[in-house]
Amino acid sequence: MKKNTWINLAFQIGALALALVITTVILVAVGAPPLKVFGSIIKGSFGSVQNVVAVLITWAPLLLTTAGVLITFSAGLWNIGMEGQMTMGAIFATGMLRLLEHASLPPALIILLGILAGILGGAVWAALAGALKTFGGVNEIFGGLGLNFVATALTIYLVFGPWKRPGVGSMSGTQPFDKALWLPTLPGTQLSLWSLGISVAVIVIVYFLLRGTHFGLRLKAVGKNPKAAFLMGVPTWQYSMIAFLLCGAFAGLAGGIQVAGIYHRLLPNISNGYGFLGLLVAMLINYQALWAAPIAFLFAALNIGSVQLQIQYKLDSSFAGVLQDLLVLMVLLGEGARQRFMKKS
Amino acid sequence: MNVELKDIHKTFGAVHANVGINLTVPAGTIQGILGENGAGKSTLMKILSGFIRADQGEIILDGRPVVIHSPADAIRLGVGMLHQDPLDFPPMRVIDDFILGRKGGLLAGQKAAAQDFKELAGQFSFSLDPEAYVDSLTVGERQQLEILRLIWLGARVLIFDEPTTGISAPQKVKLFAALRLLAEQGKAVLFVSHKLEDVEGLCHRVAVLRQGYLVGEAKPPYNTKKLVEMMFGKEISVGARSPCGADDVTLNLKNLSVEDYRMRIRDVNLDVHCGEVIGLAGMEGSGQGLFLRAVGGMTRTVGGKILVDERDLTGRSYQAFKKRGVAFLPAARLEEGLVPGLNLTEHFILAEEAKGFFINWDKGRLLAQSRIQEFNVRGTPANTVESLSGGNQQRALLALLRSQLTLLLLEHPTRGLDIESTIYIWNKLKERCQQGTAILFVSSDLEEILQYSDRVLVFFSGRVTPPLDADRLTTERLGELIGGKGWPESTSGKSA
Repeated sequence: MKKNTWINLAFQIGALALALVITTVILVAVGAPPLKVFGSIIKGSFGSVQNVVAVLITWAPLLLTTAGVLITFSAGLWNIGMEGQMTMGAIFATGMLRLLEHASLPPALIILLGILAGILGGAVWAALAGALKTFGGVNEIFGGLGLNFVATALTIYLVFGPWKRPGVGSMSGTQPFDKALWLPTLPGTQLSLWSLGISVAVIVIVYFLLRGTHFGLRLKAVGKNPKAAFLMGVPTWQYSMIAFLLCGAFAGLAGGIQVAGIYHRLLPNISNGYGFLGLLVAMLINYQALWAAPIAFLFAALNIGSVQLQIQYKLDSSFAGVLQDLLVLMVLLGEGARQRFMKKS
Repeated sequence: MNVELKDIHKTFGAVHANVGINLTVPAGTIQGILGENGAGKSTLMKILSGFIRADQGEIILDGRPVVIHSPADAIRLGVGMLHQDPLDFPPMRVIDDFILGRKGGLLAGQKAAAQDFKELAGQFSFSLDPEAYVDSLTVGERQQLEILRLIWLGARVLIFDEPTTGISAPQKVKLFAALRLLAEQGKAVLFVSHKLEDVEGLCHRVAVLRQGYLVGEAKPPYNTKKLVEMMFGKEISVGARSPCGADDVTLNLKNLSVEDYRMRIRDVNLDVHCGEVIGLAGMEGSGQGLFLRAVGGMTRTVGGKILVDERDLTGRSYQAFKKRGVAFLPAARLEEGLVPGLNLTEHFILAEEAKGFFINWDKGRLLAQSRIQEFNVRGTPANTVESLSGGNQQRALLALLRSQLTLLLLEHPTRGLDIESTIYIWNKLKERCQQGTAILFVSSDLEEILQYSDRVLVFFSGRVTPPLDADRLTTERLGELIGGKGWPESTSGKSA
């Protein structure tokens, strides 16, 4: 056992090193100084309080989408549609906030209702993908992907149509809400302790849900062998649907929080790739919920740390994506290599 | 070719699958390798054929020590293996499958190969159509194709892993003739089996493996009792039938009709009493599987009624049947019965009624531990199910059943298991019967049907006999019925 742990560790470190090496090669190829770039990423994410705050702001929605993926993946489902679910969450939340903007209700209640509407929006969108899969035989990957496009189109339509700013609609989104309807943030920053707290709570709940509950165990059984799970008395399609609903709810919550806490309006591309990034995080941690928080944090730091690269080295800020994707690829490769190695020895 | 295995060791994790095995097989011999499931036979053969590598030990072919890295290496050295499930290419033509493993040119030699195929097939009097597709062949014919292919590739040592499983009696005769011919041609034949009669009827000598050790060798005339003793370390006797006297009807079928896209079963009437065992016989796919699943609520019925304990469950879901104490054990253990990737503890927790929201892991482990002991499963609560051998998986499935059952439905409960496991499993099932559980089971093993059933239903392309008393049935009569002979005109199963 002991020996295996060391071998595992060696392969994981090897995978990380390989990802760094390849990244370095890419940097050299495009003429950027690798060490300085890496240094700049670290400085960009941890160099100042503002930067750390920015990382935390990114971390919160990423934790939520990662939590969602962990649920659906346990049930053996590839919920590619989280981008759309998050977008629908943002749309529903915006709708609710717009509806109640001038109502004589306490602002805190309106914000709460807005976020709950976001949860509902995400869940509805996920339920659609789930229903397509369960009752229509449409693979959830295709269903989710299709619904992503629909959600994006709907956002654009709303931003430039019914919900456009007075005057002319623009890519900068709908009219911002009254300040009273903003999720309270730490003074001088965009960081909301509420969103941070909720996100951390969600990932902790998911961890215990998957590890220590009958629900989690049944979900895994459905994911690993639906036929056997059915014969053991687990209502399989119902569990798949619940997994979709939960995942959608988390994605919708993320969307709602983005609206209420960060942008205070609906704007195109509000999901900002968090859905796909959550999928990457879940793959990198091999679906072990325990690691979700630190790895999501690392990814958030990479995203924020790369923002400055464009100005400093004329590197596109999507460079963070290159590094993240390489990490995932190399870790998956390393895992495959490890299994072959173990089989041989 | 002479084969010599010297001091072969192989471990898989904590399991010592081969412990210092020494075995010599001279050219021209049919060597039997006998042992129960998990004794280490397959491991040893896979080492010889290059699928896995030994931790320690030597393989010597014709006096020359060799290192075999892969199956391709093995065949180059003249060692070929026929696996229990043929490793061929169902969507290909026979002749393409035949040529596939050969090294060398892209196009050259198609014609020559076809000629060789014809000659070889003639030699063994196999009638295989080179243009037919592999998936249209029976298991026996696929074996024949594999034999020809391996010989053509130059195999001088041939390993057969449980080749008599799943083939018909005439095909077995043909197979044995081919094996004898191979031996006469000076090839070394290794015949792996857990079936005593096959080994006794064919092999020039036998080596017996038990728990990783080579425990003994024998030559004809064989002493069956002694071989069994070597295999299991103790004598085993077959338990007697024990009818349970109760008059209560556990299962009542009234004019039950079921159909799927290829078959319809009409108007079956059957009363199954408490503690009774009903065997469902028939060629694979004659309707018995469909029938069994309908009785378990897994297939919709198209007519008639199903009453379990006098409660009408017609048209209800499997969950409703399960609540009334009906359980179903599928033949495909890893595909339908168990969840690969989950360990035994997790299985036991899944199978029990969930109490509360959180799992009590300590309780689960204790439950797993006690059931594992009770059902003699070789494994620990932390073992994943796919790491268990077939017999142990079947025991685990039995151990997973809830304690109170009214009706137990089994598909091939002992397929692929050795005698000891078979007897063990039936003893456990009989215990259930004594507690009042009725059993319906599908089996293609006639002896098993006759041995353990109280009554038998025979299926032939959707037709069903009335329940037949097992005591008054013979293997011959049963075999005829299964083959579609001796059926009364317009039988629709009205009786009992």
